[in-house]
Amino acid sequence: MTAATSARHLSATTTAALLTPFLVLLAIAFLLPLGVLLYESLFVPAPTVQHYAKVFDDPVYVRVLWRTIRISAIVTVATLVLAYPLALVMTRSKGAVLALLVACVLLPLWTSVLVRTYAWTVILQRNGIVNQLLQELGWTSGPVRLLYTEGAVALAMAHVLLPFMVLPIWASLRNIPDDYTRAAAMLGASPVRTFIEIVWPLSRPGVASGCLMVFLLSMGFFVTPALIGGPQQMMMATLVSQQVRELLNWPFAGALVGCLLVVTLGLVLAFNRALGLDRFVGTR
Amino acid sequence: MGEADQGRVAVEGLVKHFGSVKAVDGVSLAAESGEFLALLGPSGSGKSTILMCIAGFETPDAGRITISDRDVTSVLPQRRNLGMVFQRYTLFPHMSVLDNIAFPLKMRGVGRAEREAQAREALATVRLADYGARMPAQLSGGQQQRVALARAIVYRPPVLLMDEPLSALDKALREEMQLEIKHLQRELGVTVVFVTHDQTEALTMADRIAVLDHGRLCQVGTPRELYEAPRDPFVARFIGETNMIDGRAAADAAVGSRVGIRLVGDTVVEATAMAPLTRDAAVVIAVRPERLVVSADSGGPVSGRVREAIYAGVATTYVLELATGATLRMRSATGANALDLPADGAVSLSWAAEDARAFAAEGA
Repeated sequence: MTAATSARHLSATTTAALLTPFLVLLAIAFLLPLGVLLYESLFVPAPTVQHYAKVFDDPVYVRVLWRTIRISAIVTVATLVLAYPLALVMTRSKGAVLALLVACVLLPLWTSVLVRTYAWTVILQRNGIVNQLLQELGWTSGPVRLLYTEGAVALAMAHVLLPFMVLPIWASLRNIPDDYTRAAAMLGASPVRTFIEIVWPLSRPGVASGCLMVFLLSMGFFVTPALIGGPQQMMMATLVSQQVRELLNWPFAGALVGCLLVVTLGLVLAFNRALGLDRFVGTR
Repeated sequence: MGEADQGRVAVEGLVKHFGSVKAVDGVSLAAESGEFLALLGPSGSGKSTILMCIAGFETPDAGRITISDRDVTSVLPQRRNLGMVFQRYTLFPHMSVLDNIAFPLKMRGVGRAEREAQAREALATVRLADYGARMPAQLSGGQQQRVALARAIVYRPPVLLMDEPLSALDKALREEMQLEIKHLQRELGVTVVFVTHDQTEALTMADRIAVLDHGRLCQVGTPRELYEAPRDPFVARFIGETNMIDGRAAADAAVGSRVGIRLVGDTVVEATAMAPLTRDAAVVIAVRPERLVVSADSGGPVSGRVREAIYAGVATTYVLELATGATLRMRSATGANALDLPADGAVSLSWAAEDARAFAAEGA
């Protein structure tokens, strides 16, 4: 693979030309607004750290930040637990079964997040299907509050984000040649040992990128927490939006964004260390 | 179970279909204890499928497989205690060379210190003693297959299966490793079943060769038997080079007897019947290029002319065109008594009756 890539070197001009549209978009749509927000958080009305101090002074904001991290972690673990067995089955199936599984995984991506989230509100509301069922079965005497709970937010987010976990894991599992598992069997490994010693370690890059993607998306998720969590289960993105749109407090929104950015980057770095994306080749 | 049967591998009446294709069609053969048996055949001959059935990755539709006299037909691969070297590189990429070799020992519950010691020893037998700490990706193809070999022998399985393990290597390295594997096999006394499509490889390494074609076993024998006494036109063609000459039996003949064969143009030549022949039955005669006797005159019963002379160092190959239009190849070792036929010169051909084998023509 290294030979193939080195054989297709691009000239500096071509590289620049190919990257320009992306870089322009990145600058205008991402870096500039982010820069403006962060600038406001530090220099409006005068050079100050008062907005950041406010984030940590008020327990409400710290609680929202902590909840965001907690829900993101729960969602990441939940999608991993759901996705790994599914991806494993997908690598072992073919034909119509595989097509069906792929469709089920991708289907959520073809429908809008908004639609899926409203679907969850319908299911989870006071007289929704779940509550009706619970009462039918006699497990609860009256309607239970399902909507606007942390569990509901995590559940709906896990559903929305599942494909981002399944796809990289499936890709890495698919890249493990059958010959490895056959060789392991020949060398005396049971299927369980083969999984522990060979399949799981070799699928770790997929697991790592899936976890990373789901966690990052969760940290900044807006629609689902806003609709299903409501004000009681507010997450950072919703808080930022509220500051900007309802209170027009741009400098404070900027401080919130800055905090979210730093915390997220810190967690990602720690996660990378722990899972060791780079220890795959080379040392043992 | 006698000690002598330890490591004997036998398949009996093996049948395996893939869809409507009969990949293996009633094959029975055995590798004796300590024997190097090559399964040789073109692609689609069923040789790999037989190996996969022995390994346990394919379940035969019919037939029985025994290893060391134990029926393993329905035993899981990991319980068969076989060693195997695959065609593709199968070292686990996330483990060091030493951990790869120690893996089968780990699966057998051998303690860490003990398995590392044994792994080091196995690594030394394949002459890579200093490579234990490397990762597989840091090794060349030949080194990877050597490590795979060390991994397959470290737990001393009585039987070693090899599925074209050298086919990805270049020619010089392949030839070196053929001898190395052969020596190692003798040293360990392990039974080897070796799949290959390369007849030179089979002739070089194997004690006996099983030639397969379209899922059927054509012949099993020592390299010498197969080359000098092929029992089947396919074997004659597949092992070494052979001239095939069409003709008709001049008389009824029993297997092994001399028979006159009438060639196109009514010339009658002598051959040995390899199948019961009836008078006038269509036959093919197989004669090795080096067994043709050629003289530079046109007086003999079979005559032709030299169309091409190909000098290749150890021997010169002459392409001869017979008066009947057929082309034959004739080989003459270079040296003091070398033939030196002029291009386009007239020649006459003959051969000893025992060097010419008459088979019933296929499809007749």
